[in-house]
Amino acid sequence: MRPFVYERPADVSAAVAVASRFADQQDQPTKADVQFIAGATNLADYMKLGVAKPKRLLDLNALREPTLRQIKIGDGIIRFGALVRMGEAADNDDVRRICPLLSESLKLAASGQIRNMASLAGNVLQRTRCEYFRETSWPCNKRDPGSGCAAMEGFNRQHAVLGTSDGCIATYHGDFAQALIALDATVEIEGKRGARRMEFAKLHRLPGDTPDIETNLAPDDVIVAIEVPFAAWSRRSHYLKIRDRESYAFALASAAVALDLDGNMIRHARIALGGVATVPWRAKAAEEALQGKTLDQEVAETAADAAFAEAQPRRYNAFKIPLGKRTLVRALLETRDMKV
Amino acid sequence: MNQAAPAPKENMGQPVPRIDARLKVTGQAGYSADLAAGNVAYAALATSTIAKGAIQALHLDRARAVPGVLDIVSIGDMDQIEKPKFGNTGASSIGPLHDKTVFHDGQIIALTIAESFEAAEEAAMLIEADYAQENPSASFDSQGTKIEPAAGKSPMYKEDAKVGDFDSAYASAEVKIDQKYSTPTQHHNPIELFSTTAWWQGDQLTVHEPSQNVTGWKIELARQLKIDPANVRIISPYVGGAFGSKGPMTARTAIVAVAARRVGRPVRCVVSRMQAFGTQTYRAETRHRIRIGAGKDGHITAFAHEGWEVTSRPDPYVVGGASATARMYNYGSVLTHVSLVRADRNTPGYMRSPPETPYVYALENAMDEMAVALGMDPIEFRRINEPQKEPIGGKPFSSRSLLKCYEQAARAFGWSRREARVGSMRDGDWLVGMGCATAIYPTAVAPCAARIRLTADGQVRVQCGSHEIGTGVRTVAGQMAAERLGVDLDKVSVEMGDSALPPAPVSGGSISTASVCSAVLKACDAVRQKLFAAAVGEGGPLAGSGNAKLDMAGEKIVADDGKSAALSDLFKTMQIGAIEEYAEFAPRGSSPEALKKLYAGESEFHGGDQDQDSVKYAFGAEFVEVRVNSHTREVRVPRLVGAFAAGRIMNTRTARSQLMGGMIWGIGQALHEATEIDQRHARYVNRDLQDYLVPVNADIKEVEVILVPEIDHEVNPAGVKGLGELGNVGTAAAVASAVYHATGKRIRDLPIRIEDLVT
Repeated sequence: MRPFVYERPADVSAAVAVASRFADQQDQPTKADVQFIAGATNLADYMKLGVAKPKRLLDLNALREPTLRQIKIGDGIIRFGALVRMGEAADNDDVRRICPLLSESLKLAASGQIRNMASLAGNVLQRTRCEYFRETSWPCNKRDPGSGCAAMEGFNRQHAVLGTSDGCIATYHGDFAQALIALDATVEIEGKRGARRMEFAKLHRLPGDTPDIETNLAPDDVIVAIEVPFAAWSRRSHYLKIRDRESYAFALASAAVALDLDGNMIRHARIALGGVATVPWRAKAAEEALQGKTLDQEVAETAADAAFAEAQPRRYNAFKIPLGKRTLVRALLETRDMKV
Repeated sequence: MNQAAPAPKENMGQPVPRIDARLKVTGQAGYSADLAAGNVAYAALATSTIAKGAIQALHLDRARAVPGVLDIVSIGDMDQIEKPKFGNTGASSIGPLHDKTVFHDGQIIALTIAESFEAAEEAAMLIEADYAQENPSASFDSQGTKIEPAAGKSPMYKEDAKVGDFDSAYASAEVKIDQKYSTPTQHHNPIELFSTTAWWQGDQLTVHEPSQNVTGWKIELARQLKIDPANVRIISPYVGGAFGSKGPMTARTAIVAVAARRVGRPVRCVVSRMQAFGTQTYRAETRHRIRIGAGKDGHITAFAHEGWEVTSRPDPYVVGGASATARMYNYGSVLTHVSLVRADRNTPGYMRSPPETPYVYALENAMDEMAVALGMDPIEFRRINEPQKEPIGGKPFSSRSLLKCYEQAARAFGWSRREARVGSMRDGDWLVGMGCATAIYPTAVAPCAARIRLTADGQVRVQCGSHEIGTGVRTVAGQMAAERLGVDLDKVSVEMGDSALPPAPVSGGSISTASVCSAVLKACDAVRQKLFAAAVGEGGPLAGSGNAKLDMAGEKIVADDGKSAALSDLFKTMQIGAIEEYAEFAPRGSSPEALKKLYAGESEFHGGDQDQDSVKYAFGAEFVEVRVNSHTREVRVPRLVGAFAAGRIMNTRTARSQLMGGMIWGIGQALHEATEIDQRHARYVNRDLQDYLVPVNADIKEVEVILVPEIDHEVNPAGVKGLGELGNVGTAAAVASAVYHATGKRIRDLPIRIEDLVT
C-alpha cells in the first residue's frame, strides 16, 4: 500500500474546498489525487490491491451536517442522507413498508458487517469487481485506458451482457442502485459550482470508448442525499437476487420490480436488472411490453425477452441471458402475488 | 448432552470440550504470525505475472528507494542454498530464486524486507520483471501438455489396480454405463494466512510457521540451508486451518530464513491470500472415465476407472484415488489406469482426502447412474454389491460397517419418503431431490513418539510433536492420558507443534489420533508399570496385592481386591517427585527403519490397502436433500444426514465436529468451489474469497451426524480409525444424485452451477 494523506473535513463545504484545491478538474473522480472515503469497504480494498492510488483521502465521516445521517420521509419522498449506513436503511421499518424493494435490495447485499460500515452514496458508487480489473498485472481499459480488456476473451462468467462495449464488459455489481434507477431516484450533489440535482439514471455512464469514466461526477462533487419518490404503488415492489450461494455473493442476475396494478392489469411497471449490465440498468422495453397487460407467465416472458433483446453474450456468461429472463419472470410473478 | 456433544455409544469416549476452546474463542491462542519474535522486520513477496518463460531482468531500484526498505532477496541470492525437494515434506522441487526459469503463474521472483509491512508491500508492488515469455499450457485441453502414466511416479501410487478380465466382462454385461466426470482445481484457503517468521541466534535458527509436519520441516529446512538439523527449530502451536496446505514446506521458508540472516534480525512474511494461490499447493483438477457393467439382477461384473490429473512440469504429484474406488464394491473384474498431465502450473498437493474426494465423487455419481439404468433403488444397488473381501487382493476388511451406516442414515433422513421418479417431488416453486453416496477413507497409522510426565499431585504433561490443526488432537491426546493415568482432564496439559518435542508424523492422512494416541497410550502404560511395580513391591502401599489386577482412577492405584493407594502416598514411598516416560510407537508391520525415519522427518504409513493381513478403511453413508427453484434453477441444500463408523471414537464432540465440517465442505465442492484459470495465460483468475466461493452460514441448514458404533482391534492399539477426511468424501456425489432426482439433469462436472441447470 502506498503512503497517502488522510484528512477529516468538518463540513461539506470544507470537503468540497479541499477536494477542489487538490483535484485536477480534468481527472475522473476515480483517478484524482484526492478522493472521498466513507465506509472504506470498496476504496480501501482497491488501495491495498494497487488499483486505486489516491494521494489524499478525505474521510467524510466527520462532516457535521446532521441531514447526512438521516432518513426523512414525507410528501411522497424518501430522502436518504448520503452517510446513512446500508444496514440502517435496510432495517428502517417505514422504508420497508412504503417500498420493500429498497429494503430488500439493501438487505441482500454484502454481509451484515459490511452493511454496517458502507454508506449509501458510497454503495452506489462502488466500482466493478471484475477479476481482471482487480489485479493490476492484467490489461484493463477501465484501470489503464488503452491497455486492452483481458476479460473479453478471458474467464468472463460474471461479466455483463447488457450495456457492453468493445472496450469493457465489466459488470456493475450493486443492488441498491437497481432499486434507485427503477424508482426514478434523484441524487443531490454539492460541488465547487454549488448544489445541484441529478437524475440517478444519469449518474453512471456506459463504458463505450471510455470505460475509465464511470460517472458524471466531478472529482470535487460530494453526493449529500438520495431522494426516492414513493406512492401507494411502491408497496408492491420487490427485489429478487439470484446468486451462487445463499448470501454474501454478487448477483448473477437480479431484478428490481415495482408494479402499479389495476386489478390484474398493469398500469405501469418499473423494472431494473442487476448482475447482467455494465451500469445500473433500467429495462424500459420490458416495462413497455407490460403496459396495459394482464400479468401472467406468458406476458412476463414476453417482457423478459424484450429486456434481453440486445444482450451480447461472451464465452462464459451466455447463461446470463436465460437466467436474467427467468429471474425477471419470477420477480414479476412474485411481485404480482404480493399481499399489500 | 446436546447436539454438539452427542451421548457416547459403545466404544466411544466422552464429548469433553476442547482443552483449548476458550483460548481460541477469546483470541488468546497464539498463531504463528501472532507470536512475539523481537525486533521483527517485515517481508513481502513479489511474484511472476507469466506462467512460462524466463526472467531476463529484474528492476529493483524503485523498490529499494521506498523509505524503510532494508533489503531485497531475489534471483541469485539463494545460490549457496540447496534447492527444495519435491516429496512429503517439500511442496515442489522448484527453487524460485535459484533459477530464472518461470514454471508457473505467481512464482516467487523476489522478497522485500522493510521496517514496516506497508513499506515491504509497496516495494514488492514496485518490482518489475522483463520476461522472455513462452506460450503456456494451462490444463487438460491446452496444447503442449505431456501425458504419462502415473503408476510408479509416486511411492503412494505404485500401480494401477486391476483384477479379472474387464473387457470381456464389460462386453457381455446386460446393463452398462460409460461416462465421464470431472473435478476442478481447488485451493484450501484456510482462514489463517500462510506465514513464515524466522530468526537466528548465532547458528540457531527458529521458525514460526503454521505447519502439519514440524519434524519433517526441520530436517528439510536444515538440508536446504546446509546446517545441522539440531540447530533448527520449527514452532507451530496452533494452526488456523490446514487441510493439507500446511503439510509440505514451500520454498518461502528457506528464503525468509536467508533474509533473516542477511538483515540480522527476525523477518516475518505473511503471504497475501492472492499470492497463496501460486505459492502454495492446491487440489489438482481431475477427469474420469467410468465404465460399469452389471447383470439385470444388479450384480456388478465389470468396473473400469480411468483418471487424468493435472500436475506441474517438474513434479509428478499423483492424486491416484483409483486405489480406493477399485476396492469399494464387489465388482468381479476391475481395470484402473491413472495418467498425469503435465502443464505450466504450480505443483498440486494434498487437500482433505486428496485421492478419495475426486475419485469417489466420480464412482458414486456413476453408481447412481447405474442404479437408474437398472431401475433399482441406489441403496439396494450398493447392498447387492457389498463385498465380503476386497476385490483386488482378496484380503478381508479389518471391519466394514457400510451397510449399517446406510441403514441408520436412511432411517434418520426419511429415505422411504422418497418418490423414485425424477421430478416427482415438489414444494411450491421448488423441485425437491434426494440423493445418497458412500464415503470411504483408508485407515492408516504411523510411528510416533511421546513423553509423559506425572507428578505426585496428579498433574500430567503430555509432549508430542504433533499438530493442533483444528481437529482436536490436543484434546483427545489429553483424554487418553487422563483415562490411562486416572486423573481428571483438567490436570492434563498437552504440548504440541514444536520440533523440539518427541517427533510425530505429518498430520495428514487422518493418522494423527491413531498414531498420537497409540504413542501416548504406550508412554502411559510405561508409567503405570513403574507405579504398579512400586505399589505392590516390598514396602509398597499395596504390598500383598501382587496378584490383583491394578488400574488407575481418581489419582489412585486401584486393585480389584478392593485396596487402593493414593498417588501422593506412592510417590512418597518411591521417594520421587515426578515420573517421566518416553515411548516410541511403531505400528505392526513397520520396517526396521521406521523409527529412524520418524526422527528423520519421514512418516511411514501403515494400513489402508498396504497391509498383508487385511485392508483397513473407515466408511460412511451421506444423504442430501436439494431444492432447485423451478424458475431460476439455483440449488439449495436444506438437509444433510451422514452416518459414519470409524472404530473407537475418542471424543464424540470433536468427531462430530470434524465430520460435520467435512460434509459442509462437500457442499462447497458440489456447488461452489473452483479455482478458475485463464486458459490463454495459465493464470488463476479468482484469487480471493470474493470470487473463490465457499459455503456461508446461510447455505447450511440442517446437518445431522450419526456415529455408528464399531470395534476394530486390528487397526492400531488405540482402535481408532481416522475420520478427519472421511466426511467430505461422497457428499458431492450425493448432491449430484439429488440434483438429478429433482431435475432429470445429470451433472458430471463439478461444481454444479446454475448455468448447468438454467439452459
